[in-house]
Amino acid sequence: MTLQTKVVPSLREAILRAGLRDGMTLSFHHHLRDGDNVLNTVLAECSLMGLKDLTVNASAIMGCHRPLLDFIEDGTVTGIECNFMHANVGRSISRGLLKREVIFRSHGGRPAAMERGESPVHAAFIAASAADAAGNCNGKEGIAAFGSIGYAMPDAEHADYVIVLTDHLVEYPLMDASITEDRVDAVVVVDSIGDPKRIMSGTTRVTRDPIGLLIAEQTARAVQASGLLRDGFSFQTGAGGTSLAVASYLGGIMRERGITGRFASGGITGLLVDLMKEGLFETLLDVQCFDREAVESIRENARHGEISASRYASPTARTAVVDHLDVVILGATEIDTDFNVNVHTDSNGVIMGGSGGHSDTAAGAKLSVIVAPLVRARLPLIVDRVGTISTPGEDIDLLVTQYGIACNPKQAELSEKLRYAGLPVFSIHDLKARAESITGRPARIESSGRTVARVISREGDLLDEIRTVMG
Amino acid sequence: MKLTKEARAGTLESGDVLVIVGPSESLDIRVESPVIRQFGESIRQSVRDVAASLGVTGGAISLEDQGALDCTIRARLTTAIKRSLADE
Repeated sequence: MTLQTKVVPSLREAILRAGLRDGMTLSFHHHLRDGDNVLNTVLAECSLMGLKDLTVNASAIMGCHRPLLDFIEDGTVTGIECNFMHANVGRSISRGLLKREVIFRSHGGRPAAMERGESPVHAAFIAASAADAAGNCNGKEGIAAFGSIGYAMPDAEHADYVIVLTDHLVEYPLMDASITEDRVDAVVVVDSIGDPKRIMSGTTRVTRDPIGLLIAEQTARAVQASGLLRDGFSFQTGAGGTSLAVASYLGGIMRERGITGRFASGGITGLLVDLMKEGLFETLLDVQCFDREAVESIRENARHGEISASRYASPTARTAVVDHLDVVILGATEIDTDFNVNVHTDSNGVIMGGSGGHSDTAAGAKLSVIVAPLVRARLPLIVDRVGTISTPGEDIDLLVTQYGIACNPKQAELSEKLRYAGLPVFSIHDLKARAESITGRPARIESSGRTVARVISREGDLLDEIRTVMG
Repeated sequence: MKLTKEARAGTLESGDVLVIVGPSESLDIRVESPVIRQFGESIRQSVRDVAASLGVTGGAISLEDQGALDCTIRARLTTAIKRSLADE
């Protein structure tokens, strides 16, 4: 047969060909981070076309997606499913702007829900920094290169209709395609998929805050004391300054002791690229690039591999990368005395985040470590009960603060190892009392409004509900 | 005594509080804080304590809190009140 070109003349034409109707679900990915133009542009077009009652299923709602609020108010969007929601949108959701409940999943839970048929997607909108006319595409080339396109891979796999948007059309065939033509229905050439200056931060840096450095150093010593830091070590951490400092200290220990790690995974930063180039980690498994060094590395280095969100973290995958992890370093806005962690809502109960890969990696890794200052702006980190359960306490092993370390009671052996290494181990109740001796005891905030969001565990069960907050 | 002169102490840095005091017949306390729900009453009580300990019965006391600890709030307020009372 003769191949019809998939390049359609306009976004509107692509939406028409996708057969989008009122009530359907559109999916997006967030690798363009705070520079993304695609989600806002697509919703603006849907609004102009008079589409109503759409559900947006995005791997993350970023700060730049504030215009989403306008499309909620005009009735274009009435449902949101995501793994993370920035406070720019979260504040309005917490006030009850959206009639239907937001569904929060994790980076692994999202593709699992698609696979199980719980989260059907009618049209996937995939931003690609390079694509050919048949839809072979990636995020590695072009002016708006963002690196790994991993979160969009399940969307391409499961959506009824797949639209690739690009600002860099190349001759067929694009060789290093991450998503391939067999899954793509239409290609739309746009002026710009995103602002390259806001897609990537410059270089992500290790913190210079002495409290962050102290926490990071203690964390590295705890990881060493756990016995997991040996040849073949596997590791994941975020892009926050303290997390990067942990990676830096661990790199120092590995260098000193001649230890070579097998892989580092997750969101990848220049610091991890440097550790790989130095030979301290053999490989990188990358679902999202956090900085330009990571983007360049994934394009140039064969040992820096791209992984889909399913392979990264899905509980329905045969196996996933998170299941191979020795150690993951994670943050928390609150942790309770049962080690449940909140990364969804702030101390007033307002939505300002989400699980991302938090609960997936905590469930998979042998050692899950929370790093956080014991007090932030007079608020104690440790509470009786977290405002929202993002990751269940049974998946958390260790809390490291600048005042000491608390070990989950189920890990008695680990606690002994840390004490033997001379680390300051306390009960989490003692650390909580220590914090309150500094801050005073905060009044308890009760939320009693209607449910505005449901947090779904990676297995698909209800983990917690988030309620309206006024003011 | 009553405060007759405007004075201030503190900053708007995270973990600090900016205290501005000025004239008023009664003790008027205004508090803005990111932790108002958790510590609003505690902050007001500290303000009343410090004012009483310095013998202040009238004054407009405004706190722009950035999550300061109680000791910081008391120290900043004490300084602001002493500055207001200085040279009189």
